[in-house]
Amino acid sequence: MKKTDISDPQYFHKVVDCQWACPAHTNVPEYIRLIAAGRYTDSYMLNWFSNVFPGVLGRTCDRPCEPACRRGRVEEKPVAICRLKRVAADLKDDISDRLPAIPTKKNGKRVALVGAGPASLAVARDLLPLGYEVVLYEKDQRGGGAMRTQIPAFRLPESVLDEEVDRILDFGVECHFGQPVQSMGWLLKQGFDAVFVGSGAPRGRDLDIPGRQEAGANIHIGIDWLASVAFEHVQKIGKRVVVIGGGNTAMDCCRTALRLGGEQVTVTVRSGFDEMKASPWEKEDAMHEGIPILDYHAPKSFELENGRLAGVWFEKMRAERDDKGRRTLVPTGEPLVLIPCDDVLMAIGQENAFPWIERDIGIEFDQWDMPKLDADTFQSTHPQVFFGGDAAFGPKNIIWAVAHGHAAAISIDLLCQGKSLDAQRPAKGVTLVSQKMGMHDWSYGNDFAATQRLAVPHADKFKTLKNIKVEVELGFDAEMALKEAARCLNCDVQTVFTENLCIECDACVDICPEDCITFTTNGDEAELRTRLMAPATNLDQPLYVSDPVPTGRVMVKDEDVCLHCGFCAERCPTGAWDMQKSLLKLPQAGGVCHV
Amino acid sequence: MSYLPKPKIHHPQLPKNTLGLTRRDYEGSLSTLCAGCGHDSVSAALIQACFELDLPPHRVGKLSGIGCSSKTPTYFLGPAHGFNSVHGRMPSIASGAAAANRDLVYIGVSGDGDTASIGLGQFIHATRRGVNMLYLVENNGTYGLTKGQFSATADVGSKSKAGKANPYTPIDLVQLALQMGAGFVARSFSGDKEQLVPLLKAAIAYPGFAFIDVISPCVTFNNHESSTKSYAHIRRHDRPVMAADFVPLAQEITAAYAPGDRHTVTLHDGSMLHLKKLADDYDPYDRIGAMNYLQRHQADGSVLTGLLYLDAEPTEMHAMLGTDTTALNSLPFEVLNPGSAELAAVNAALR
Repeated sequence: MKKTDISDPQYFHKVVDCQWACPAHTNVPEYIRLIAAGRYTDSYMLNWFSNVFPGVLGRTCDRPCEPACRRGRVEEKPVAICRLKRVAADLKDDISDRLPAIPTKKNGKRVALVGAGPASLAVARDLLPLGYEVVLYEKDQRGGGAMRTQIPAFRLPESVLDEEVDRILDFGVECHFGQPVQSMGWLLKQGFDAVFVGSGAPRGRDLDIPGRQEAGANIHIGIDWLASVAFEHVQKIGKRVVVIGGGNTAMDCCRTALRLGGEQVTVTVRSGFDEMKASPWEKEDAMHEGIPILDYHAPKSFELENGRLAGVWFEKMRAERDDKGRRTLVPTGEPLVLIPCDDVLMAIGQENAFPWIERDIGIEFDQWDMPKLDADTFQSTHPQVFFGGDAAFGPKNIIWAVAHGHAAAISIDLLCQGKSLDAQRPAKGVTLVSQKMGMHDWSYGNDFAATQRLAVPHADKFKTLKNIKVEVELGFDAEMALKEAARCLNCDVQTVFTENLCIECDACVDICPEDCITFTTNGDEAELRTRLMAPATNLDQPLYVSDPVPTGRVMVKDEDVCLHCGFCAERCPTGAWDMQKSLLKLPQAGGVCHV
Repeated sequence: MSYLPKPKIHHPQLPKNTLGLTRRDYEGSLSTLCAGCGHDSVSAALIQACFELDLPPHRVGKLSGIGCSSKTPTYFLGPAHGFNSVHGRMPSIASGAAAANRDLVYIGVSGDGDTASIGLGQFIHATRRGVNMLYLVENNGTYGLTKGQFSATADVGSKSKAGKANPYTPIDLVQLALQMGAGFVARSFSGDKEQLVPLLKAAIAYPGFAFIDVISPCVTFNNHESSTKSYAHIRRHDRPVMAADFVPLAQEITAAYAPGDRHTVTLHDGSMLHLKKLADDYDPYDRIGAMNYLQRHQADGSVLTGLLYLDAEPTEMHAMLGTDTTALNSLPFEVLNPGSAELAAVNAALR
């Protein structure tokens, strides 16, 4: 193998698994260290710069970082990254003096945002400090998009959402609430330099089975119903509720129904329990509240009684695998099952819909009726029109929307400056700084904390089920946060090897608790992986290879389960190993919002 | 040295031996030696060897004297028995322990000061007695614990860190061991685990007195340019003559070797030592030849490593003394203490 190029920002970025997995590439280890140090405000700001909604995401994020967390490979469970983020938001002080200054003299460029969801707000956050004028159109009366309409208040209190949404609107967004854009043609004629579409995936999928029309009064589309609850248009539901669907929307629907008067709430899902799209913790929370989840139940028809919904007929299914291992669902042949109910909530997916975009104004759509976009710049085939969030690539999560917003903001900024969106796009960078403070003293806590992941305490079930606005999760207190933060392995503090200092004493090899380090003759990667101190079978994790040391061998380090404990560097008599913090420099529009 | 204990956590796919133990189960407490000390590498090699031999750690007796080297038994095989004796007296303790309980595996760890100076007489006599043990010297040619004076194994002309040359003739412990009748004599280097681990396995399995002189650089006081026991010097002058590996009986069926490449020695319990010649003109069964060969190559500055001498059928202490085949702690009280009548009979026979 060739010597690893550690000056390539991508190399150590990948070692920081959480940051690599985060669409917005939030510097997780750094903000966890700040929490451990009690510097909640600093931690919040670090989050805010990259993910814009730390308070919201600390409660609702889909947490792609947690399955990636190295801790999950070293022992069983990852660090509770998401809930630590909430701690920073809960315990921070006033941040008003840390926010970027908004120029009073504008730069003369005007940008329109369609929809007031996380993607649009991220664009606004990035562009307003640069002097852009930002005009926002939103069909609802309040900002926040899906964060407000689809996430129930018992998971995300309104005050938390308002704080983070209003902070951006207060930067000077010209808001047009209750004013949906009816025509892209009209919008383009308003003289904007760029248009960003962050209108989400607003259409809930319907289910066309017998009885749908007749029982329509008691059959609700999940996301529309949740939005009506959020705006308090709907305040109650029947005693017996069936939720059809197995995603996070279904989980929000069933738990909301329980709070609006539902007594027997049942979730039904066509596939198996393990295949459900809902995050494991959301399923747990629903079951904790006593909601049964019936899997392998495919809805067949609605039962009516006196012209009113009386129940849903289900066909029981089972999973079968064909020769190629593909899973299909087939009916078991058992008699149909009737679940009596008063109301049905359908949460079987969302669709994008752009009826308001004329198809002859230069924005091309693909075979699925989605706009054709450049995956890096988020530019559509109309050079001035950009898409982001669920409107760009279909339903994902808030954190993706934020990431899209940042990328689109860079594109819009480049476009308005007359620069190339690809060639002149700012590059990533990395800096490496030694963390050595003394003989055996590092600027980070390198002791391995053997504690298990802490569970977040919940409010009393009797209280939370009575009032939809009572938040279920209480969050970690400072003491719990410190304990959980100590589980972080500081993967951004990298083991950096300098071969010309090595005397090959083997001290690092002997001390490494995880057998990451091997000195051996070089070979190609697949073969080399078989000759290391411990099997290097995780192909997602890179090998760090040095130039030859005096005996002609090379140092090979398997990054997979490294604890970043720094013992190799402590044991090294010549300083050939050093623990250096890798700080990834990610571009943002104008680079104003940076720590 | 490090202040934090090594975390107990280990690689999720770390191999296990037939006892269900991983290599990490053979570790001791964290070393307090200087970072980069050769002795720590030797400890790691011992850990690896005992793991590969499937030795139950509690069936091992670790013995040592005084010095940096003699601290190391704390750093490997935590569950083993241990005795940290008076300076240079490890061989006596080992002899006594082996006499009383012949069922344990004995590993004596000593240094060049502990063995070649204060304990020289003890070393020679343990060798003569043929105690069934591994006698390991971690040889760095310097008194590291008292800040770098020459030890008795330092080469003539080798310079101290302060630049002073050593005027005295070195004691070659390998030559002494050969002369005193050791059945297994080897020399190795702490920085070459590929050679050291198989040698340690062979020596531990060897049913007699096995001596290994391990050049183990003192990274703090004797690793400079003009030292003859530095990492760099040994790497430049290392000349392996004979590789050895131990293969237990059960594994032999699966091991395949090119004919002529290796020579196999069967030990009395049926297990085997595989030897591989690395220098054409070397004969590891010829004690006098080995001594001459060593002398000749020492003169040109080479450091011969590997298995230097092997007696396939050694006579060990218990055989020489005709003692009971059972460990004393396993003998019934009546046998161990036959009573006053028996004593009177013995006394009467001597009158």
